[in-house]
Amino acid sequence: MLIEVKNLVKSYTVGDMTTYALDGVSLSIDNGEFVAIMGASGSGKSTLLNILGCLDVPTSGNYLLDGVEVSGMTATQLAHIRNEKLGFVFQNFNLLPRTSALENVELPTFYSRTFPASKRRERATELLERVGLGTRIMNTPGQLSGGQQQRVAIARALMCNPPVLFADEPTGNLDTRSSVEIMKLFTQLNNEGITIVMVTHEDDIAHYAKRNIVVRDGKIIKGAKFESADDPEAHT
Amino acid sequence: MNFFMILKVAMRAIWRNKTRSLLTALGIIVGIAAVIAVVSIGQGASTMMVSQINSMGNNMIMIFPASRNTGGVRTGSGGAQTLTAEDGQAIAEDISYFVRCVSPIVRANGQVIYQENNWATQVQGVSVDFPEVRNWNVSKGVFFDKDEQRQGSRVCVIGQTVSDNLFGENDPIGKVIRIKNMPFKVLGVMEKKGSNNFGQDQDDLIIAPYTTVKRVLQNSIFNNVNMLNVSLYSLDDTEAAKKDISALLRQRHKLGRNADDDFDLRDMAEISKTIGSVSSLMTILLTTVAAISLVVGGIGIMNIMLVSVTERTREIGLRMAIGATPLDILLQFITESILLSTVGGLIGVIFGVAGAKIVGDVQHWPILITPSSIIVSFLFSAMVGVFFGFYPAFRASRLHPIDCLRYE
Repeated sequence: MLIEVKNLVKSYTVGDMTTYALDGVSLSIDNGEFVAIMGASGSGKSTLLNILGCLDVPTSGNYLLDGVEVSGMTATQLAHIRNEKLGFVFQNFNLLPRTSALENVELPTFYSRTFPASKRRERATELLERVGLGTRIMNTPGQLSGGQQQRVAIARALMCNPPVLFADEPTGNLDTRSSVEIMKLFTQLNNEGITIVMVTHEDDIAHYAKRNIVVRDGKIIKGAKFESADDPEAHT
Repeated sequence: MNFFMILKVAMRAIWRNKTRSLLTALGIIVGIAAVIAVVSIGQGASTMMVSQINSMGNNMIMIFPASRNTGGVRTGSGGAQTLTAEDGQAIAEDISYFVRCVSPIVRANGQVIYQENNWATQVQGVSVDFPEVRNWNVSKGVFFDKDEQRQGSRVCVIGQTVSDNLFGENDPIGKVIRIKNMPFKVLGVMEKKGSNNFGQDQDDLIIAPYTTVKRVLQNSIFNNVNMLNVSLYSLDDTEAAKKDISALLRQRHKLGRNADDDFDLRDMAEISKTIGSVSSLMTILLTTVAAISLVVGGIGIMNIMLVSVTERTREIGLRMAIGATPLDILLQFITESILLSTVGGLIGVIFGVAGAKIVGDVQHWPILITPSSIIVSFLFSAMVGVFFGFYPAFRASRLHPIDCLRYE
């Protein structure tokens, strides 16, 4: 199991009011899955993704990532996990402005403890070619369309060869045509063995995923475990 | 994250806001420039004073007659007539273990005439040991000798200023000048000394044997002198020598156990200490003012760094999301602030050195720019960067990635 969480709780206390963004979530995601986390806004789906992506820490509960207990790690340990095991794609791309696509893609390797500096340029160029931007490596984000920017962001997420990719509304700021291109790229990456966990509220985007997890009011109401036709237990 | 990358990112951040960065660094530039200029001018002044004091004499003790108490009426300083050239000889002979040589000084003023030129100046009557006592030799001709001193010959050695005013371009050696209408033969010209600490022209004088000055110019039958200059072998013996001289003079002047000294002893160390303490006080004061301006500059840097952290919150969030540790973020912003302050410091050093040189040229002040003052102020500017950059950088490093990514 790549991801295994049990009884995840995330609560915020403002004054004497405690609100639960996540209220006892348990779920597991296996290697090579393509999962869409769905739900209305305020359902807690983004909070769940942020905790899975080690950007946020749960109030209580356990999180095993690749067999390692993540809850309770220090900020520095989490930073290393994010660098080596996780890739992120954001709704608003989050590229460094006035910085070339190539440098944006190279960025994670500067924080890596293991990535060899000599391979940096070669791998970044290769990844940009793979996402179809081989001719635009020196362009800055301002000179790229939304779809192209998101592809730079995907290349950046792949830079340190992570086993899992987290995407928060990756097509939220894109037109339909670009959205389709991005989802095709995700499908292709998933076919190559990368696990993808994506948050979306659009049904047609969620269709690209092999499994949909539905979150409502901080609880998972559907898809917490992998269901397949040849898994008789899941049907009962 | 490697150092060059951190430096590159910091430089880019600074370059992106050129005007803001320049204004921020200006505080440091002004502070460092002020420190360098002040220290250079201060050090130049005190070095000059010390060298002038040293040029006044060889480990010298000066003995002046003190005031005299006659039936309750006290004269001013120098009123006592009891200090004599013989006292000087006695000091030279009896305390020879400390004393290299002694010269009495007898002063007279008068109009000096050579042909159609005349000049009012001071005549100092001294002994043949004077050049050694004062570490001051003749540049042309010769000094008078022992025989001329004993006989009270009408010979003299003149200062450069007197030479210029009486003789112009002509050679004064062997010429006869009239001092208070008495003819004196010029034997030599003293080395040029320039003005002393108090702006007095030290070359505006005539030197003659004290015997001659006493008898011919002061018309005096007494043998009291205005001052005795005692030159010691070593400056370290000053206190011990003063004690012995004092005892000897009290004995010679037959002063009772309870009588006040009828002489005053002063040494160069005392004078140079006074001047040195005045100049170092000035340096401390001005450096304090400069240091305060550096602190103000540092606060400016801190302020801008806080703004920079706020502005780049999303960037911090992204860097954290892709693996930057809190330490990486801390180093990133500290580097930016150190870069701002050291570049400011460097520009400040340039302005400071240039400023000191200009002030020195315009005011004719001696300027001493020491490498240590440059290095110290440069390091100080780097420290300002670390000190005032730490808080903003620390705040940035403690941010949570998700809060940064959500920051609008």
